[in-house]
Amino acid sequence: MRDSKGYAWRIGVSVLALMAVANVDDAFAKEKVKIAFVGPLTGAISQHGIGGRNSAELAVKLKNADPATKYEYELVTLDDECKPNVAVQVVTKIASDNSIIAAIPHYCSAAAIATVDIFHRFKLPMVIWAAVLPEITYAKKVPEIHRVSGTLIGQNRVGAQFMKERGYKTFVSFADSTDYGKSMNKYFTEFTKENKNEILGSFAVPPDQQDVSAELTKIKELNPQVIYFGGLTPLGARVRTQMEKLGITAQLEGNSGIMGDAFISAVGPELAEGTLTFFDSPPLSKMPGGKFFSENYTKAGYTQAPEAYGPFAFAATNLVMEEIERVGPNRAKITEALGKIKDRQSIIGPITFDDYGQNITPLTTKYVVQDGKWTIWDESEYATGKRKLKNLP
Amino acid sequence: MSSIAQYLLNGLMQGTIYGLVAIGFTIFFGVMNVIKFSHGDVLTFGAFGGLVAAWVATALGFPIWLELVFVIVAAVMASAVIGAVIAQGLVLPLKDAPPLNMLLMTMMVGTAIRECIRLFFPNGTNPQKFPELLPSGGFDLSGIYFRYDGLILIAAGIAFIFLVQWIINRTRLGLAIRAVAEDGETARTMGINFTLTVVIAFAIGSMTAGVAGALYGLYYSEINYGMGLILAIIGFSAAIVGGLGNIWGAIIGGYLFAGLQTAVVAFLPALSDYKNVIALIVVVALIAWRPTGLLAERGSERV
Repeated sequence: MRDSKGYAWRIGVSVLALMAVANVDDAFAKEKVKIAFVGPLTGAISQHGIGGRNSAELAVKLKNADPATKYEYELVTLDDECKPNVAVQVVTKIASDNSIIAAIPHYCSAAAIATVDIFHRFKLPMVIWAAVLPEITYAKKVPEIHRVSGTLIGQNRVGAQFMKERGYKTFVSFADSTDYGKSMNKYFTEFTKENKNEILGSFAVPPDQQDVSAELTKIKELNPQVIYFGGLTPLGARVRTQMEKLGITAQLEGNSGIMGDAFISAVGPELAEGTLTFFDSPPLSKMPGGKFFSENYTKAGYTQAPEAYGPFAFAATNLVMEEIERVGPNRAKITEALGKIKDRQSIIGPITFDDYGQNITPLTTKYVVQDGKWTIWDESEYATGKRKLKNLP
Repeated sequence: MSSIAQYLLNGLMQGTIYGLVAIGFTIFFGVMNVIKFSHGDVLTFGAFGGLVAAWVATALGFPIWLELVFVIVAAVMASAVIGAVIAQGLVLPLKDAPPLNMLLMTMMVGTAIRECIRLFFPNGTNPQKFPELLPSGGFDLSGIYFRYDGLILIAAGIAFIFLVQWIINRTRLGLAIRAVAEDGETARTMGINFTLTVVIAFAIGSMTAGVAGALYGLYYSEINYGMGLILAIIGFSAAIVGGLGNIWGAIIGGYLFAGLQTAVVAFLPALSDYKNVIALIVVVALIAWRPTGLLAERGSERV
């Protein structure tokens, strides 16, 4: 009996001692600051969303490992499924949570354009990591909205010029019917006509349409030299696969929506070979902080690729945390601070936001798939003439 | 001319899938006067059953032809079993309930199947890559490109349609189904096991969904948890426009719907985004013109 009393007494003292130590730790602990990442973590586009999420998470891990930081960051991740209605729900949830100080949202333009007003209404500052629809930043001046990725205008301008230089004359546009696809088609049409080339037809289908054989049969009849695709990877992969199944030999010209490993793995390296795309960033190996990012990404043990926009998610998350460190965890102060960003060094290069919160420094780069990899055009065997694009005049 | 033939060929594949879905609707309605809105989700269930079978066959190292057979049999059996369970567990107990209850029940069962796939299948929210088990490539004949896989699947689909037609019209089981469809009470007095016949009829109707699901996966190389929704709407529209309760009407409806979709793209390419809307408007107009469908069921012949 005496033994058991002594045992209980010893346990009691130990618990009290542990509590005291914990309190001391708390007194020295950094203030916790929550930031939110939003992207498509499930659904057809999830490979890009998970790549972005991992990259944002990596930025937070590296920042938290730095003893010099004032705050400890917690990344709240939410899935917008690349759907506007879901995006509105999850953004309303984070925006109405005052413990969340800033956000790094959206891969899909259709989701991003739907949530602009919510960020503004709740005064939640954000930095978009991928969605490239121009109207997200340029439709109106919204102080909370910023974007590190480029807009699709630059991609289409460079693309149209590039195709003209190769001597292509006839095109067909195939885009998805979302705002993103419509905008892609709009700027493709504008720049292609500026370059005095001919558009034989334009097709729009919902992004989840499985069978595009009827549209492709019509395109086969029109016999263009180039099929321009304005949409995201899943539809792009279906178009490429079904082009082959219908024996269509036109050159495929893509855009940032199909940029990434996901497109090549979806259609296979043979079908992907020679596909062109125009994307607002050099490859990771040529980014100023590309080596640092890829080494840490590998070290963190992520099994999924960061995909094309992973480095942008990393840069956007870092930018938000840098401003929190500077001005403190206050939504209004961060909004103001983000608006003044000029020539800020990041792994994707210098970031400068214009009056609309748009990063004006992205460098549009031309890519072609060679041996199952997106290769910079100038470094490819297509540029040297060893390999040939399809339907070259 | 070759383009028109190419459109027809493409439309034929879609029409076969729609027709198979529509046959299921027509069998359920013919036998029990039930509009089973979970039919599209039963199709999805069958397709996912086929996908699991493909994984198992690959793990066991089956040759490709055996894997193909295994996938189709699994898809058909998965759909048949779930169709039979729905009939035994929900349709028969509710057979005397108001039609609205039955309608609501089938919709809820469909939602439950869909959400179960989404939540419990590994990465169920994401589209799943379906294995390519048929020969790729094709040949060009007078400007028409024939895909080997398309031709095989169209032939398989049409063969299954004829098999169902044969079962319904030429076998003792089919006779029992038609007797139950005509008058359940009289069929009972003639010694037909009413419950068993209804369950088997639902299993057969669901098998058509399983075949459609397998064809869909093999043709497009991709399936997803929500694929049954639009196929159910199209299949139901096809069954209605063809004449609900008439198998040939369902088949005609299926090919008609696919033909309308293809025609919109072929003749009005600028409106390709609206092909489903336009096809459904035409269906509405056809129903207004012939409310009982193009091939209305005759009083003496159901299913």
